Amino acid sequence: MSLAIAEQAEALWRDLSFSSVARWKAETGGLAVGYMPVWAPRELLHAQGCLPVGIFGGGQDLEIIRGDAYYQSYICHIPRSTIELALNGSLDVLDGMLFPATCDVIRNLSGIWKLKFPGKLARYLDVPQNFDPEVGGVFLRHELLDLAAELAARGARPYDPEALRRSLALHNENRALVRRLHALRVESPWKVPASEAYSLLRASLLVPVEESTAMLRAYLEAVEADTSRRPMDQARILLTGSFCEQPPLGLIRTLERSGCYIVDDDFVQVHRWIRGDVPLTGDPLEALVQAFLGDGIESPLRFVTDGSKGTELVERVRQTGAEGVLFCAPSFCDPALLDQPMAVAAVERAGIPWTAFKYAENNGQFQVIREQAGTFADALKLWSGA
Amino acid sequence: MSVQKDDSQVRQKEMIATHYTRLSRCPDSGEKNVYTFVPGNLTELLRSFDLLPVLPEINALQSAIRGKSKDYIATAEKLGHSEDVCTYVKCDLGMMKSGNVGPTGERLPSPDLLLLSYTGCFTFMKWFEILRQEYRCPVAMLHVPYQGDGAVTAAMRTYVVRQLQETVIPMLEKISGKKYDEDRLKEMLARSAAAEDDLVAVLESAKRRPSPIDAYFGGVYYIGPIFTAFRGTEEAVDYYRLLRAEVEERIRLGQGPVTPEGDLPAERLRVVVEGPPNWTSFRAFWKMFTDEGAVAVASTYTKVGGVYDAGFRHDPARPLETLADYCMGCYTNLNLPSRVDMLVRYVREYQADGLLINSVKSCNSFSAGQLMILREVESRTGRPGGFIESDLVDPRYFSAANIKNRLESYFQMLEQKRTGAA
Repeated sequence: MSLAIAEQAEALWRDLSFSSVARWKAETGGLAVGYMPVWAPRELLHAQGCLPVGIFGGGQDLEIIRGDAYYQSYICHIPRSTIELALNGSLDVLDGMLFPATCDVIRNLSGIWKLKFPGKLARYLDVPQNFDPEVGGVFLRHELLDLAAELAARGARPYDPEALRRSLALHNENRALVRRLHALRVESPWKVPASEAYSLLRASLLVPVEESTAMLRAYLEAVEADTSRRPMDQARILLTGSFCEQPPLGLIRTLERSGCYIVDDDFVQVHRWIRGDVPLTGDPLEALVQAFLGDGIESPLRFVTDGSKGTELVERVRQTGAEGVLFCAPSFCDPALLDQPMAVAAVERAGIPWTAFKYAENNGQFQVIREQAGTFADALKLWSGA
Repeated sequence: MSVQKDDSQVRQKEMIATHYTRLSRCPDSGEKNVYTFVPGNLTELLRSFDLLPVLPEINALQSAIRGKSKDYIATAEKLGHSEDVCTYVKCDLGMMKSGNVGPTGERLPSPDLLLLSYTGCFTFMKWFEILRQEYRCPVAMLHVPYQGDGAVTAAMRTYVVRQLQETVIPMLEKISGKKYDEDRLKEMLARSAAAEDDLVAVLESAKRRPSPIDAYFGGVYYIGPIFTAFRGTEEAVDYYRLLRAEVEERIRLGQGPVTPEGDLPAERLRVVVEGPPNWTSFRAFWKMFTDEGAVAVASTYTKVGGVYDAGFRHDPARPLETLADYCMGCYTNLNLPSRVDMLVRYVREYQADGLLINSVKSCNSFSAGQLMILREVESRTGRPGGFIESDLVDPRYFSAANIKNRLESYFQMLEQKRTGAA
């Protein structure tokens, strides 16, 4: 049975009218700024008094009426549901949108936004693929200061290093709880179903970091106090490839019901893009930049300079005690699908079992995936016992 | 009946063949080669180190024209590459796995360096990550920031120049064994600028009626291809001088463009084309236009290697800055509003009857947003838009009957609209 707090979190993120954001705006008068996957400088936005709002498409709850008129059939689903949300007025609550350098589709969506909504902030957020602090670092710093100035021009508080330092501290605290949540999944996956963790992390994209922290803390306390959840004979799997367009919640639940404990995944990756704490000493903007450059996760979105593609994935399998890998990418997702053969090769070299399937955020039928994942889980259990 | 080719077409074929032969002899001659991409290419810089460029997109499209891409793509898909992703990548990988035989039937050398000019296309990064796993060779990353706000800022330019100084040039020195020679680079940039003047004159000749060139099919067939691999050389300067003279002669004689069927007898319709062509049925695709007397008077695909008709010229006085500006100015590095502005300008300045978009499955950099572009250009110019779908090098996505049907309907509509307006 789901915990009440997880159910509340699910209700929050599945509310496509974004009423929580509207409430925040009514209470504070601040700017609400949406951002697409995968990474956005939430710390900076918070420091300027803005509410960063994660916009991860319309998922399974949105009927696409006009969005399909903007995209050909061979383009992934998230841009069409995002434009649908904008056209049906759901995103009117936002004062602007950031489009991080995720792929060409998200990048070009920034241009559609500029053309369709000329009065609103619509900014493509380029991030460096050069990780030298004196080269890529300088560029990212410029990008962030430019963004800060643009936000200030639209009514946000001007950039203030001390406000950013306080924001970094709040986000460090939040990240620590996210790490604790994931550690608990690894240690006792029966206590934290992936579907519940997912809802908490999605809901955290819609509220100020302080509220997210309180929610995560309350959930962890409730889970740790709950003795009714018992381990089952499930296979431990790591799921990868779902960092942008998110799978429907029904798919995550299906995987769990098919006999998988998802002990690690790529969902809502913005929470884990920076691995550790951002230092609170020195220049806080520089600290954020350096954390992005030097403490970021290996992702298909980042150029891996040393040619060791898949190394981190294999390491995650080891660290989490996963018995196999599910490559679970959205259809037509260039970053995930172009990366996958290299990741598969690394996983195979390490002797780790894997299987793969694709999805769209609005899939409603999971029977085939259930059978595939169930068979995979059964096979893992058999091998584990061999 | 064979069609008499213009001298420029013969010359370009010879130049390309010579280049591929030279590449094939690299293992014996000791010459070094660098794989890189068309958008944001640094041809002058490479050649200033006596390094030979290899362009995998060009190899892929050449494979398609030779009817090889289907098998190459199948080879890559058997290795686990998704049916959803770019077919240039899969074709290139399949070609490599099948012996790396280039368009002239000669084996291409393995790269001494992968110069990842990450310009306007996310897939480029993954492509060279894949190739690096195959070749186990060094990679130099040049990240070219996107013109998200429709302009190049000083910070963007500095970022690219610093990467050239800190990463790219040291790597080229290492691979070539030669020191960076800025004077030599400047000489090459000056030659590039001279060729660019002639290239722009050729492209802008299509403003005349009849247009002496086809700026899409002809543009990619013999006007543009020389540019990327040969920029900065005397051969390129000579080639464009020759081509310009030929085009001026066509203008003097009142001739239309040369096509695979010979000179186009009469220009009935003028269109601007957005998006790459299909390469697997390139000639049949072109014929669908010529059969209807439709001429592409301007195109965007011919601008992925540089947008010179908007005024850009390589500037020898500021060599690295000009390379940075070149990279950032390539068509696929422009945001959607800038692309719309360019297309609107083309429709107006080239007096086009309409805008036709060939949307290819493989290329999200081009395709994502094209339906929005279509509506914007229609609304701003009042000229009808047409939309067809195909692919770059995967023959499974070229449905000839369907495309021909749609093109004929579109051209009829343009004709009617024009007749009605008159």
